[in-house]
Amino acid sequence: MDNDPLRAWRISKPLNASRGDYVLGVYLECIVLGMTIGHTLLGLLEGGPRHGYDLKRAYDERFGQHRSLPYGQVYSTLSRLLRDGLVDVDGVESGEGPERKRYSITEAGVRTLEEWLSTPEKPVANLHSTLFTKVVLAVASGRDAGEVLDAQRQAHLERMRELTRSKREAGTTDLLVHDFSLFHLEADLRWLELAVTRLDQLTKEIR
Amino acid sequence: MTTDPESPSGSDPVLVGSDLQLSFGRTPALRGAGMSVHAGEMVAVMGSSGSGKSTLLHCLAGILTPSSGSVLHHGREITTMPDQQRSALRRDEFGFVFQFGQLVPELTVAENVALPLRLSGHRHADGRRRSALWMDKLGVSDVADHRPGEISGGQGQRAAVARALVADPEVVFADEPTGALDSIAGEQVMALLDETARESGTAVVLVTHESRVAAYADREVLIRDGAVRQQESVR
Repeated sequence: MDNDPLRAWRISKPLNASRGDYVLGVYLECIVLGMTIGHTLLGLLEGGPRHGYDLKRAYDERFGQHRSLPYGQVYSTLSRLLRDGLVDVDGVESGEGPERKRYSITEAGVRTLEEWLSTPEKPVANLHSTLFTKVVLAVASGRDAGEVLDAQRQAHLERMRELTRSKREAGTTDLLVHDFSLFHLEADLRWLELAVTRLDQLTKEIR
Repeated sequence: MTTDPESPSGSDPVLVGSDLQLSFGRTPALRGAGMSVHAGEMVAVMGSSGSGKSTLLHCLAGILTPSSGSVLHHGREITTMPDQQRSALRRDEFGFVFQFGQLVPELTVAENVALPLRLSGHRHADGRRRSALWMDKLGVSDVADHRPGEISGGQGQRAAVARALVADPEVVFADEPTGALDSIAGEQVMALLDETARESGTAVVLVTHESRVAAYADREVLIRDGAVRQQESVR
């Protein structure tokens, strides 16, 4: 497994998935990814109550560049958020067809969202989609997206320092592995720097 | 944040710059920046081009005088020091590595490395012995008799690191020391600067825009638009 367990799972699962790998894979696919979607839906609900269909449309518009969100996942995520007290049913509209529930974010939901936004991601490769989501949600909600980026930058640099310290004692094999991670983290950091310089532009486009 | 965070290590800082302001013509380069340097630590000053990071280094090193603010060396103000006293401080307590080595082209590598010792009045034999030791540490002994124009960029920077450390300074200021090198040569220079500075207990102020270079440091000071945006605590 490399630094990105989800990616490593996706690469290895068709080839040699042991029972342990399978359980880890299901955990990563259903819980880890599910949590990011849950937080993203909370971020979208912060602007005001929405139906499940509106949420899916808003998600696809902003974050579904590569994959739109299946309806099933929207409703299963909303049920989980409802169960955990992070959203409430704001109203039910009945008419022809099934009832349409409108969801709103609760105070606990706002706290959960804020905690997620202000906690840097574990610095691993291929973080761009989660970081991108955090930045867009921070800008859209009027929060300081620069703080999100700076906190992430600090977490990345700290990881790079750990790897650089490890290099002092490392043999050639470990050196190559650490260098690989360092170059990837460096690319992330360049993106973070660039994103800071484009925040004003992003704010104009999103708000 | 423009001033230094409290040092949890409890040690007194070697250098403290506070509320530094400086403009070049109408263009402000520093707008209240400040940072500290503690004995034996390596601090990376990062920021994009034009952010003011080199200007901050030059003010801390007494090369530039800020229009306002203060730089204290062990509590002694250096911005108002007479030029002669400030030159002596730079010569005796500080070492420098710049992006393009800035070795004297007419002198050999060995003469370049020994230069700070000659300037501070060391005997010739002593200078030769100490510069040979540092050239050996930095892996440039085999080009000791070459002139800067005859060696590679990486060798030139390693010679510049030897020259910066030869007089046992308290602080080395390194401004983009790997900026003109490829990744492998840059890596060698940084690994050697890191190893030798730590071994001799010399503090390093490292200005860089490269995160892989900054990762050698113990902490980071991030500059944006002439002010400190983020400063990690002293470990």
